[in-house]
Amino acid sequence: MVISEGEIWELLEGVFDPEVPVLSVVDLGIIRSVSIEKQSVYITITPTYIGCPAMQTIEKDIESRFADSKINNYKITTSISPAWTTDWMSKKGREKLKAYGIAPPQNEPDKSSLFAHPVIVPCPLCDSDDTKMISQFGSTACKGHYQCNKCKEPFDYFKCFR
Amino acid sequence: MTTKEALYKYVLRLGDDSLILGQRLSELCGHGPILEEDIATTNISLDLIGQATLFLEYAGSLSNEFKTNDELAFLRLEKDYLNVLLVEQPNGHFGDTIMRQFLFDAFRLPLLTKLQDSKDNTLSSIAEKALKETKYHLRHSSEWVVRLGDGTEESHHKIQESLNTLYRYSHELFFVDEADVLLQQEAIIPELDDIKSQWSQTIKDVLEMATLSLPTNNWKFEGGRMGRHSEHMGYLLAEMQYMQRTYPNMEW
Ligand SMILES: [Zn+2]
Repeated sequence: MVISEGEIWELLEGVFDPEVPVLSVVDLGIIRSVSIEKQSVYITITPTYIGCPAMQTIEKDIESRFADSKINNYKITTSISPAWTTDWMSKKGREKLKAYGIAPPQNEPDKSSLFAHPVIVPCPLCDSDDTKMISQFGSTACKGHYQCNKCKEPFDYFKCFR
Repeated sequence: MTTKEALYKYVLRLGDDSLILGQRLSELCGHGPILEEDIATTNISLDLIGQATLFLEYAGSLSNEFKTNDELAFLRLEKDYLNVLLVEQPNGHFGDTIMRQFLFDAFRLPLLTKLQDSKDNTLSSIAEKALKETKYHLRHSSEWVVRLGDGTEESHHKIQESLNTLYRYSHELFFVDEADVLLQQEAIIPELDDIKSQWSQTIKDVLEMATLSLPTNNWKFEGGRMGRHSEHMGYLLAEMQYMQRTYPNMEW
């Protein structure tokens, strides 16, 4: 069987983050490389947050996706450097997040400063800029907890991570 | 002592700091003072245990005795853990939990920043990865120190007590022995002077905003880095190691 790198990427578009099921692993930016050598597929993935329990599930999902497509010769390598950043999230992924009700990562300044600079996170439901942070830590490692002052709805914010 | 032996010891020390503090914070899962903080401390715990996984995996590759990160995490004896005493201190009330975290985060941030330049590629990669999460941790703990210190009379009093109790454990973060000296000479780990002055500056800035003051006594407690632990450690290990010792080789 001859398979191309493009077809592997397409296949990976069908593997989703178990905690944010609208984002594929490609949208998330965790697939760092795909290559094919002598009919073997080599993939490098990088974790989002080190302790994120979704990473193990994602690897298993990729494996079963390959099994479905009768791809048996492959190797998945995990690499932690360069470290994942939300800058690697695709534009399509950001749009899908918003449509799902999660505010996509905003262009925030570096986190080295001790206290939070106010960053405007528009409400994914009514688009109002008048929102407030409830907590920097939300339902999963990658999200913070916000509330909209206009429509009053609480919402998740996919934190800027860089 | 060879470089490899020194590196093993050093990586273990960092890994144990992450592991034991992660374990402590995980005790708050379902018991946080408010829902948001329950979630926050549990998330920070998860990050720290994630860091411990990387450090201990690396330590395992440098050890002749323990091979996997699970063996290192769950099958060592108390005297073989090399974390600082600070991280094994009990959660106490929320002010204690936050102050312990703040003293630790304020050290970890400059340490990991410098460790990114390590000549050891694995160590620099782990530092690069862990640093991003640590920025969030320090911000979280700093904001709470200010909020409690500059809060009500009661919260101010309580967190000042936490500082008085925990500050004496913070000096051990700057512990140096022959392993550290050897690794510093080989540019595998950074010198601590800059890190200490950054740490002191962060402490000074945040305490000032929090209207808190450093304790005037000069007590310093140490021992963890050499495997001598406080009376709290045995209980922590008993809970943490229970599953692995009861069901050997179990995996999630
Ligand atoms: Zn809204």
